[in-house]
Amino acid sequence: MHVANGKRWLFQNLGFASALLLLLALYLSYNMLHPRGFSSAVAVQNANETAAIAFVAMAQTLPVLLGGLDLSVGAVMTLTSCIASHLVNGSPAEILFGMALTLLSGTAFGLMNGLIVVYGRIQPIIATLATGAIAIGLALLVRPKPGGDVDGDLNWALTNSVYDFAETYGFADGGNAWWLQPIANIPVPVILVALVAILVWVPFRRSVTGRTVYAIGSAEGPAFMSGLPIHRAKVAAFAIGGFFAACGGLYLAIQTSSGNADIQQAGAYTLNSIAAVVLGGTSLLGGVGSAIGSIVGAMILRVISFYFRILDIDPLLQPLIEGIVLLVAVSFGAFRTLRVKNKLDLFR
Amino acid sequence: MRFSISAENRPIAIASLFIVVILLAGTAYTLSTTGNAPLLSPKYLLQLLQTGSFLGICAAGMMMVILLGHIDLSIPWTLTAAAMTATAVGGELALPTALAVGLAVGLLNGFGVAYLRIPSMIFTLGVDTVLRGLMVAQTGGFAPQDSATPLMLFLAKDRLFGIPVAIFVWAAVSAVIAIILTRTGFGRSIYATGSREGAAYLSGIRTRSVIVGAFVISSLCAALAGVLLTGYSAKAYQGMGNAFLLPAIAAVVLGGTHILGGRGRYSGTLVGVILIVLLNSVLSIMQMPEAGRQIIYGAVIIGMLLVYGRNQRVTS
Repeated sequence: MHVANGKRWLFQNLGFASALLLLLALYLSYNMLHPRGFSSAVAVQNANETAAIAFVAMAQTLPVLLGGLDLSVGAVMTLTSCIASHLVNGSPAEILFGMALTLLSGTAFGLMNGLIVVYGRIQPIIATLATGAIAIGLALLVRPKPGGDVDGDLNWALTNSVYDFAETYGFADGGNAWWLQPIANIPVPVILVALVAILVWVPFRRSVTGRTVYAIGSAEGPAFMSGLPIHRAKVAAFAIGGFFAACGGLYLAIQTSSGNADIQQAGAYTLNSIAAVVLGGTSLLGGVGSAIGSIVGAMILRVISFYFRILDIDPLLQPLIEGIVLLVAVSFGAFRTLRVKNKLDLFR
Repeated sequence: MRFSISAENRPIAIASLFIVVILLAGTAYTLSTTGNAPLLSPKYLLQLLQTGSFLGICAAGMMMVILLGHIDLSIPWTLTAAAMTATAVGGELALPTALAVGLAVGLLNGFGVAYLRIPSMIFTLGVDTVLRGLMVAQTGGFAPQDSATPLMLFLAKDRLFGIPVAIFVWAAVSAVIAIILTRTGFGRSIYATGSREGAAYLSGIRTRSVIVGAFVISSLCAALAGVLLTGYSAKAYQGMGNAFLLPAIAAVVLGGTHILGGRGRYSGTLVGVILIVLLNSVLSIMQMPEAGRQIIYGAVIIGMLLVYGRNQRVTS
């Protein structure tokens, strides 16, 4: 019985399973090749570089599951990082308030996207293209020049291992308590991404609203006819997407201690998020996939770039190899065309 | 009294109206600040069309792909790759080289989307990244020749009978696209395939070839725009195409073409391009900072689409 369930799970999550396998293979061999592999320092550095794109990839997942696309995720991340670069400093209460306000503003922006898509009845891709421009404009208003001030302790605590986190804030005997030892070497960004995924994504996925998102992506008409709350699900999907993007922006601001309203960077994050979502096994046609897969996809994208540091490859070749890996990875989807028996099934 | 405009022409009419509104608002602004009306002078309008021709040619190609319900995200680096390769080759062969690059990219895109059946969104994105990588790898180690050839300078900067040559090029591309869409079987096949590919296939249309054809046209247009842009700025440089992707999509959609394919007229795309170029130009005359420009730009797209771009409600 269990074997049968496992088989079914594998069959239904083939994309996710192969992405996970690819990530494991890539990351293990990376650590073997790295002169200081399998150490906390390497893991911390890698995790810091991956956290923001992992959050943004999660943000992109929800609109993609609906069968749409959100071209504003990178811009919302930029906007929220600019907001955070103003607010996340001062007394502990002020820091917490600033973080909450940052997350809230991203969620509100996502909510606006959702309302425009649902009640304005505009296609998500084109609506978010426009709201993305608005988000960049707002980011430039908030922070016309790069800069800002983020609490130094917070920057140190959140970009290192759990031990350093405990040491900075002086709990668990400054990180030496016995019960902290099993997780003391884990990088904090890993914990943050996992916490957000477990506390926000998993409950949402199991709720009626979350399952409706999947139903809409599979077939919107039947979902509507079955009495599912399709408007609520769409609005919620975009709002939660905005929340994830804000998590990415907040982390980026804390990591870099500054905000930068950079249009190029926003565009790069948006495009990378699409690539990460697809690599993580989520279908661009909607209805199949998960935010967890997108995290894996984002990690694959980043691990590929780590290789350039340890192998003696000309760094100028990096974009080329990244592009080829992306193309080859998505081209595996073409095997589907060999399996279909009825040619009409190819035409969606 | 009620006007009745067919649903297909409504976006074009409203967008044209909005162009007039922008022109009048801009003129009112310049009259109140400097006391003259440069916006309405033929010189300014011709220059506007000249700078708009690059976006216009990109949007013309993009429209073919969007009519199929697909999208071409590889335009920025197709444009750049064509321009950089052309200037590196130089001389008489520059223009054919650029078009050959466009043709090759278009065939690759079309193959991936039509035969491998990979969603165009991600396949063209991958092709874009690969092209960027190729250009970085090619130019990173040494400085290749990057100055525009005399032909490029002529196409982009010179004037014939007082009208910039770039406008003639744009007009020629527009005429070709409009004739393809309205007068040829290929054009009708594009609309049919964009409406419902399965039905088009069963009606005997070779939908795969149609998709490949549309992607080839899109990439050729991007390559041509790259040639013109090189002539206009006298050299080819990395990232020269980045500013054209999203405005091209916006122009096509503002002109009433449905983003899911099957519906839209070329005159709409023309109006959409002029609208976007004019809006940018008027905002810069008003010395609007970048922040305000982005916000207004986004708000205009949302506002226009709320007026006429709304989807059907899902009822079954």
